[in-house]
Amino acid sequence: MIVARTGNEAMAEAMRQINPDVVAAYPITPATEVVQLFSKFVHDGKVDTEFVPAESEHSAISACVGASSAGARVMTSTASQGLALMHEILFIAAGLRLPIVICLVNRALSSPINIHCDHSDSLASRDSGWIQIFAENTQEAYDSTIMAVKIAEKALLPAMVTTDGFIISHGMERVDMVDDAAVPKFLGTRQAKTSLLDVDNPITLGALDLQDYFFEHKRSEIDAMNNVLPIVAEVQKEFGEKFGRHYPLVDEYKMEDAEVAILAMGSTGGTGKVAVDNLREQGKKVGLVRCRIYRPFPKDAMLKAISKVKVLGITDRADTMSTMGGHLYNECRSILYDSDARPLMKNYIYGLGGRDISIEDIENIYAELYSIQKSGKVDTDIVYYGVRGE
Amino acid sequence: MASLKQLASQKEKFLGGHRACAGCAATIAARMVLTAAEQPVVVGAATGCLEVVSTIYPFSAWNVPYVHNAFENVAATMSGVEAAYRALKKKGMVEKDLRFIAFGGDGGTYDIGLQALSGMIERRHRVLYVCYNNEAYMNTGIQRSSATPRGAHTTTSPAGTEIPGKIQIRKNLTEIIIAHEPAYAAQTTIGYWNDLVTKVRKALDADGPSFINIYAPCRLGWAYVPEKTIKVSKLAVETCVWPLYEYENGKYKITVKPKEKKPITEFLNLQGRFGHLFKWRDDIPIKEYQEEVDMIWERLLKRSAQ
Ligand SMILES: Cc1ncc(C[n+]2csc(CCOP(=O)(O)OP(=O)(O)O)c2C)c(N)n1
Ligand code: SF4
Ligand SMILES: [Mg+2]
Repeated sequence: MIVARTGNEAMAEAMRQINPDVVAAYPITPATEVVQLFSKFVHDGKVDTEFVPAESEHSAISACVGASSAGARVMTSTASQGLALMHEILFIAAGLRLPIVICLVNRALSSPINIHCDHSDSLASRDSGWIQIFAENTQEAYDSTIMAVKIAEKALLPAMVTTDGFIISHGMERVDMVDDAAVPKFLGTRQAKTSLLDVDNPITLGALDLQDYFFEHKRSEIDAMNNVLPIVAEVQKEFGEKFGRHYPLVDEYKMEDAEVAILAMGSTGGTGKVAVDNLREQGKKVGLVRCRIYRPFPKDAMLKAISKVKVLGITDRADTMSTMGGHLYNECRSILYDSDARPLMKNYIYGLGGRDISIEDIENIYAELYSIQKSGKVDTDIVYYGVRGE
Repeated sequence: MASLKQLASQKEKFLGGHRACAGCAATIAARMVLTAAEQPVVVGAATGCLEVVSTIYPFSAWNVPYVHNAFENVAATMSGVEAAYRALKKKGMVEKDLRFIAFGGDGGTYDIGLQALSGMIERRHRVLYVCYNNEAYMNTGIQRSSATPRGAHTTTSPAGTEIPGKIQIRKNLTEIIIAHEPAYAAQTTIGYWNDLVTKVRKALDADGPSFINIYAPCRLGWAYVPEKTIKVSKLAVETCVWPLYEYENGKYKITVKPKEKKPITEFLNLQGRFGHLFKWRDDIPIKEYQEEVDMIWERLLKRSAQ
């Protein structure tokens, strides 16, 4: 069914169709609507979910941990400060191997306080052991929310699906929604191996794990992360076969013969694709790579995508504060170390706190990449694109 | 009324072999609470002595389902477990009638976990929250909490030459919880087993959130010999330092009234944490603590008389 929906509406609709056992959440701009809409579904009897309107995000994710430990299918939604407040428990959810799903709307972390999009919130939790999926548009946010439930339950790891605050969350787009009945059929019911509610087989969860066991348990969590990409590929394949929309691990756009390319994440992928089309019309061989699955990092697929161009502009909508540029830039430089083919690279940190990035901006970046190709060298490797005085 | 014989013949739900200090009241409280429960229970614990001593991997003292999440969120965690229970029961995926118990120390309850507890009660989750109150952060080495009474020495409110231990009065958490109108709230202590067992049963029968504040002497932090745990617990009640009462349907009831109200010095002088007060340059700290205890006791008498 084709409908017009904002990113938040689409995620809330996906949650309605998923019909989780428990949703525990707390409002925050720009994710508030997801919680509001879902509450309405609960009060209108459209879902069977037990809704826990928590008194903070810390308690919301803590309740998710409790509910998931009890074998329930559990979801929540948040952004920015809310995710930061959850930070402590994100690691616990992953360490306890609980398949919780967060609908995350990317928003800059304070300070200065701001409500608009950048990726500083989600990227600050990149080491927490959560699967992270970045949607380019509303359709992908909707589809990925449904897929994330299945991926998380297969991997026994929590997952967050992110949209870009306001750009996707509040932007109305065309969405092709799956039938209500098809979603539970696609997902099945959660089959938890253990449950706190099984009083005849009592388990102890969250035991104190000291020097003699902790490392093995952490190692097995890392193993679980190692297993994620094949699971994602399998679920994406199944989703594609059932519903006709196919998703890759790494999205390559007109990369077959590209000389220069941009790497982007989130909604900028979509903006960039329009720039690519414009430049292609002028006969320029440009392409775009979009990082869709950020955690675990799809190393092989990414290497394959980015190593074939001469010049690569890596865009990052957050800074690592390491004085070494953004997250994608650092990770891509790292995976290229062993590669024979290594493009010249330039890092564009852009769009912090919601500063707009336009099609023209991206065309300008492509023009710069071409001049790098011509000169054969990168003068400044990290630039802050669109900052006054830069 | 429960009989000791009947309680003692039950299957143990909190087992021995854990690493608590000899004479630790926190673990006695946990065992008594679980023994009192007549329905199958699911337990959550906050970070703290009870959690640490009972679950050092690969061992567990808990013979019931148990979850530990973090320090400040056991109330939120158990809110989630209880919500999952309601959801799965509705779908016929759970058949049994279960009860939910959250254990938190005074630090995990009065301080860092207060918000989560307030939320759990306000949302009316049917969980019994048990605060085992040893009046300081024992697990991290005896630091003050808002439950620490005035005068007490802790490592962050030390008995100094200028300041005699903690100078602030302790928070009255039970009254804060009562202000939430829970289905049941009470104070008890391990020295009065029948009082404790009766209150746990009432709390688990109450159709809504319940709270029990269990005074749980800590031989290490309070600095007394292990065999005095029960005596210290009883003296807290006899001096009215820890009144035993309950709140239900808008009514207060004192459940154990001391025959004769003893001066608090009889309670204080058993414990090293108050030792410096007896050598202090004046009697002001002890007098002030006595006045506070009297004031709260008098108020309780009035409330329970209504
Ligand atoms: C967020 C956080 N802050 C601090 C700690 C360190 N910590 C662990 S237990 C504890 C004190 C526990 O005190 P209480 O709740 O009274 O329990 P007790 O150990 O006295 O039984 C502290 C401060 C922690 N684990 N998590
Ligand atoms: S320090 Fe106190 S509370 Fe902790 S185990 Fe020892 S006696 Fe129990
Ligand atoms: Mg304590």
